[in-house]
Amino acid sequence: MTTNPVLAAVDDDAAPLTHHQLRELYTLMAAVRHLDTSAVAWQRQGIIPGYAPELGQEAAQVGSGYAVDRTRDFVFPTYREMGVARAMGLDMVGYMSTHKATWHGGMYNPLESRFAPIQAVVAGSVLHAVGWAHGQTLSGNAAGDMGVAMTYFGDGASSQGDVHEAMNFAAVMKAPVVFFIQNNGWAISVPTERQVAGGSVAARAAGYSIPSLQVDGNDVVAVFEATRSAFAHCRAGNGPVVIEAMTYRRGPHSTADDPGRYRTLEEERLDAGEDPLERFKQRLLTDGVADEAFFADAQRLAVEEEEAVRAGIADLGPRPGAEMFSLVFQEPTPALQSQATAWREESEHA
Amino acid sequence: MPETITDLRLKDDSTETDTAGVQQLSMQQALNRALDEILAKNPKAVIFGEDCGRLGGVFRITDGLQAKHGEDRVFDTPLAESGILGMSVGLAMAGFHPIPEVQFDGFAYPAINQIVCQIARMNYRSRGTLPMPITLRVPSFGGIRAPEHHGESLEALFAHVPGLKVVSPSTPHDAYHLLKYAAARPDPVIFMEPKSRYWQKGPVDVTNATPGTAAHDDGGLTGARVAREGRHLTLVAWGAMVSRCLQVAELAAEDGIDVEVLDLRWLKPIDAEALARSVGKTRRAVVVHEAPLTSGLGAEVAQLITQSCFATLKAPVERVTGFDVPYPSGDLEDEYIPNIDRILFGIQRVLEYRRG
Ligand SMILES: Cc1ncc(C[n+]2csc(CCOP(=O)(O)OP(=O)(O)O)c2C)c(N)n1
Repeated sequence: MTTNPVLAAVDDDAAPLTHHQLRELYTLMAAVRHLDTSAVAWQRQGIIPGYAPELGQEAAQVGSGYAVDRTRDFVFPTYREMGVARAMGLDMVGYMSTHKATWHGGMYNPLESRFAPIQAVVAGSVLHAVGWAHGQTLSGNAAGDMGVAMTYFGDGASSQGDVHEAMNFAAVMKAPVVFFIQNNGWAISVPTERQVAGGSVAARAAGYSIPSLQVDGNDVVAVFEATRSAFAHCRAGNGPVVIEAMTYRRGPHSTADDPGRYRTLEEERLDAGEDPLERFKQRLLTDGVADEAFFADAQRLAVEEEEAVRAGIADLGPRPGAEMFSLVFQEPTPALQSQATAWREESEHA
Repeated sequence: MPETITDLRLKDDSTETDTAGVQQLSMQQALNRALDEILAKNPKAVIFGEDCGRLGGVFRITDGLQAKHGEDRVFDTPLAESGILGMSVGLAMAGFHPIPEVQFDGFAYPAINQIVCQIARMNYRSRGTLPMPITLRVPSFGGIRAPEHHGESLEALFAHVPGLKVVSPSTPHDAYHLLKYAAARPDPVIFMEPKSRYWQKGPVDVTNATPGTAAHDDGGLTGARVAREGRHLTLVAWGAMVSRCLQVAELAAEDGIDVEVLDLRWLKPIDAEALARSVGKTRRAVVVHEAPLTSGLGAEVAQLITQSCFATLKAPVERVTGFDVPYPSGDLEDEYIPNIDRILFGIQRVLEYRRG
């Protein structure tokens, strides 16, 4: 699709994905699809109070997350990056704990997983990615060996001032950061054309002389290759890249949303295009990379995984209330300690 | 008799002569020296903001630091406060100890989301795995006849936010040690520098190690400070208001009123024990602050005093504060910032209180 200034260090030499990797991508997408649709069902069953589904965005999420090097890169998600989390191998019970309302931000370890806490303020962590990325520069990592930050946000979030500050900071500082926009067509009820001026989010990057590309966000291989190129560009010390993955949010914004108020089923069917999972499956079949037995197996694994995560979520009892007090500061204040004491005494009495 | 902080600015209130390890420094010099030492000692400390590199900051607090420590340690950012504070989060996540500056207090507002929703919560959100050792330096309060938004009293706003700590020095010595202490903390600290005091000189004991940065205690820097002992009444103040309260105490002494001045220093956490000790002794208190009256920190202080001293208090705690108006322009500043007369009236109200 459109490319605007050309990436300086496009990873042209990078080997094409092996059959094994292609199958791995499919397995991940199938796992994500099943876990995602199940999470919506869990909400309907009262297992979790809310969830932000990503139906239709599996290719954008798995393809980009698959390009992350967990030994040196760091990802800054929003609330909708379950597929990225899964592709990066996160503890999914820890991830889902946020949707269970057990804890804000997730109960996985961000330092080990290289996946920052879940972020509910749209565009809230885009600047964090720039700061982390600049830290890689300050640490004197040699070009070619640079850790890269990747920040996810939507077309709606791109309206926030912080995104503009972040792009400007990153460009001025040549920070190794990939701005990964998942343009799923909607910010709750507001379509992209009522959200984004300047043609596209990718087009805005030109104003900061950041190389950018739009990619077919429903093509997992295209997304992976674009992200891999962007990482190579950043790692080589060439500064930031903007990727806008064009995709479609097939379901509601969240389990509390009613898309029927702003779009018809007919519009949904027409705008959504081809299902990214089905499309990839057909490609793998046509190319002889996988057979029906493989897909059946992938589905079986996805179901097993979902069952394990559901059991893990169900077992997640409430957190001990004392954590509410003990995790505010590294060095708690006397007032907070006495509030904790009072809380303990009063709740033991009750 | 200096009636305004602008007048006070001209006065050198140092009294002591130099002894070994004690230097006469302005608060600007003391802060600059502290930052220099922080950078030298902690390779992960980084200073950044608007104009703090080559210019050395509009108040020259970072003067010479870039030349000495390099452009990686002290750097200018684009002019965007949310960017500066949001970047601090990522740097802290990458293992750095950011010491960002917002140029003037009123310009912290554009960064409120990053300060309140991000910096203050990240330790909590990440279950303690992503501490935010960020010291945000904010030139604070009025008194320099600056244009709109260049003088604000934001302490109640910051102190109200779970996850933030707030401190304000009133002397060069405290500025030096409190900044070093704050920068060694694993939690975010809002460091409110009373800009009207930047040019005031005072003794700074630079040999005395700062508690929390070395195994040495220099006498309760982590709590409040009794700036003046007294028997009849306690004036509670912080930042620029401390020296004004000391002036008031001198005047009151002429009328035989022995005023204790408690410099709170920490606005979160507040040293409730020091309040109890002081007011437990004097049995009367007036809180003085520049911020508007309503929902100001004076109410918090008054409640803490009530809680510990209710039985022995001789009068309700009084407040002498700014008014519930936008911080006025230079010409009206003297009407707004508690002046000597208003503080004296406050003292009078407390002393003359009779139970109905
Ligand atoms: C600062 C802020 N304002 C409003 C909201 C409420 N809100 C949550 S998601 C959303 C729409 C975001 O759209 P987009 O960035 O396109 O991402 P998507 O949800 O489509 O993935 C809104 C308005 C919020 N979370 N944060």
